[in-house]
Amino acid sequence: MNTELLGIIASFAITLLIAIPLGRYLAKMYAGEKTWLDFLKPIETGLFKLGGIKPNEPMNWKQFLKAMITINILWLVYGFFVLIYQDKLPLNPDGNAGQTADTAFNTIISFVVNCNLQHYSGETGATYLTQHFIFMFLHFVSAATGMACAVAVFKAFRDKTTTDMGNFWNLFVKSITRLLLPLSIVVSLILTFNGTPSSYAGKDKFISLQGDTVNVSRGPAAQMIAIKHLGTNGGGWFGANSAHPLENPNYLTNMTEIIAQCIIPIAMVIAFGYFIRRKKLGWVIFGVMTVGVFMLMIPTISSELGGNPLIAKMGVSQLTGAMEGKEVRFGPTATAYWSTLTTVISTGSVNGMHDSTMALTGLWQLLAMMINSFYGGCGVGVLNYFIYLIIAVFISGLMVGRTPEFLGHKVEAREVKIAALITLLSPFLIMSGAALSSYIFMAHPNIDWAVKPSTWLNNPGYHGFSEMLYEYTSSNANNGSGFEGLGDGNIFWNVTTGIVMILGRFLPIIGPVAIAGLLAQKKYIPESAGTLKTDTLTFGVMTFAVIIVLNALSYFPALALGPLAEHFSMLK
Amino acid sequence: MKKYILPSIRITVVLTIVLCVIYPLFIMLIGKLSKGAGDGEKIVVNGKVVGYANIGQSFTKPQYFWGRPSAVGYNAAGSAGSNKGPSNPDYLKDVHSRLDTLLKYHPYLKKNDIPAEMITASGSGLDPDISPDAAKMQVKRVAQYRKLDESKVAALVNSHVEAPLLGLFGPEKVNVLKLNIALDELK
Repeated sequence: MNTELLGIIASFAITLLIAIPLGRYLAKMYAGEKTWLDFLKPIETGLFKLGGIKPNEPMNWKQFLKAMITINILWLVYGFFVLIYQDKLPLNPDGNAGQTADTAFNTIISFVVNCNLQHYSGETGATYLTQHFIFMFLHFVSAATGMACAVAVFKAFRDKTTTDMGNFWNLFVKSITRLLLPLSIVVSLILTFNGTPSSYAGKDKFISLQGDTVNVSRGPAAQMIAIKHLGTNGGGWFGANSAHPLENPNYLTNMTEIIAQCIIPIAMVIAFGYFIRRKKLGWVIFGVMTVGVFMLMIPTISSELGGNPLIAKMGVSQLTGAMEGKEVRFGPTATAYWSTLTTVISTGSVNGMHDSTMALTGLWQLLAMMINSFYGGCGVGVLNYFIYLIIAVFISGLMVGRTPEFLGHKVEAREVKIAALITLLSPFLIMSGAALSSYIFMAHPNIDWAVKPSTWLNNPGYHGFSEMLYEYTSSNANNGSGFEGLGDGNIFWNVTTGIVMILGRFLPIIGPVAIAGLLAQKKYIPESAGTLKTDTLTFGVMTFAVIIVLNALSYFPALALGPLAEHFSMLK
Repeated sequence: MKKYILPSIRITVVLTIVLCVIYPLFIMLIGKLSKGAGDGEKIVVNGKVVGYANIGQSFTKPQYFWGRPSAVGYNAAGSAGSNKGPSNPDYLKDVHSRLDTLLKYHPYLKKNDIPAEMITASGSGLDPDISPDAAKMQVKRVAQYRKLDESKVAALVNSHVEAPLLGLFGPEKVNVLKLNIALDELK
């Protein structure tokens, strides 16, 4: 069998071998049961003391959300100012400038919300201080925020009736000390021993074999790249992200990075089942998600291996597949595999440039981010799926003519309203953004702005529209990858995507936590013959259908105008 | 909200010390043991640094093996792909002219012999590698310009083909810089 295909099969197999036991571990750890990392307890107690936190204080859903929102606002404000003044702060060996207010606005939102859309380039737009103290710090804490909120939802269904969603601080800190930090140490050591720089040395200069003078950007990147994947953040050290040969030096690091970004989202699904003592539910959700992932991945790999039909017309055979924007050491198969996973999971790191992938690949990438819950981001993937579950319960209830119930709690008007609003939010944000930018591009191409809209797009025609659609889809999904040809480093894109990112993050977290909190307070109804069972294959298929129908209805017109139109125009 | 402000500030400070000071310094210290000591692996020839093992360089002279087209001209102080879409007419023109250039320098080749990566820009603009086929197709030209025996150059290429990970996973490749350094040493 060919080694490129074997490479991705092995990657997926190792992912499952790690993620499934990790899921069981997470369920135990979050439940406060004994685990082998209990020796960290004294350190955690120290952290709680220094932080002035009572980790065992119960919180209801409102208190939980207040704590979460307060600390996130703090990071937004503090990070914004550090980015603006980074040139005056230490650890800036390359002498990079401070960020402008609109870039800093976009950047700080982007990192706080676990999106990591980067409208700056790591080599010139950030310093070692901001890379570590802002970006890497937020990689950890934004992932931990998502996980803590997911566990709050788990907690609501563990006991029959409860108002206690767990303590935000406790879940948040433990997500770091018991999971993210230990795994980051392992991954960053693998990276640094394979050639990713980890020291604080600044730019280097040398004379190449042919006699050119070359400057090389470096820096303590391994530490950040580890958590960028584990936390499904995606914001890289270098501009080219994980396509950069220092950020991702060889096939082993490539496998490590792609595995690292998958394990926690998968583990969280398994953990959900174990935590609420309904293992089967966890497995059904995992099954639905995996089927979805493969439905996106297989056509992606096939369209990339097929190569560019317009280059084929020139007489070049492209035996290895499409290579524009890809790296030889990974090859198109591993790049296609990565491009699917980084878009279904909200990582958004790339090991090849999405803007240059085939038109249909772009379609699958967009669709993956629109659905945003086939595995999904750290913690938030389960939360997004939870919304689809509520909708599926509601629709099933209507179909069989019973009051919809979920895990022993009646799902009533209030919960369904919240779920419906969250479901409608994504298409609203993505379509409004794409419509607004397209309108300005068409109607005011030469308006008197610093960067004229007519210069936004790197590609004409349908592909240009896809660039704009992708940017808002990625922002709303908190994914952070881009069709990077888009000229997005200016005030229009910084502000509009900033707003989309912040709404696309916090509302889909607040919604599920609120629904879970409301449901958990209700009287527990024991299962009977008339109960709609949610941990069956039938209900899994039902949820899958709901996901496909909702997304197809919402996005088909936009997808038809962008990637589909481009694809068919290339076949002419 | 007020109740949560103070713990927010305090836990942020504490975690900053753990995550942004202790953790990266710890990795940096252990990284000192790695090849390149965590500064990036350098290649030294005759006591002079001629490049980084993982960073591709621009090779345009006909007596060297060439790497891939780069959207940033192999300037390693930045990094980027072309971000050209597959149907962009300007991009297709670029691809066509790269094809013509290659055919001009390698008149013995047919279009079909040219691997796709030699006419398309890499993702980082710093790709250090090419496929074995892309190296082999250049052998005749390099040998002619260097007045070397073709079979000797071909053997050198073969000895520089790096196998997939564990012989099982991922593509084969040739590091262009390492190949060219060895080529310079070939008599």
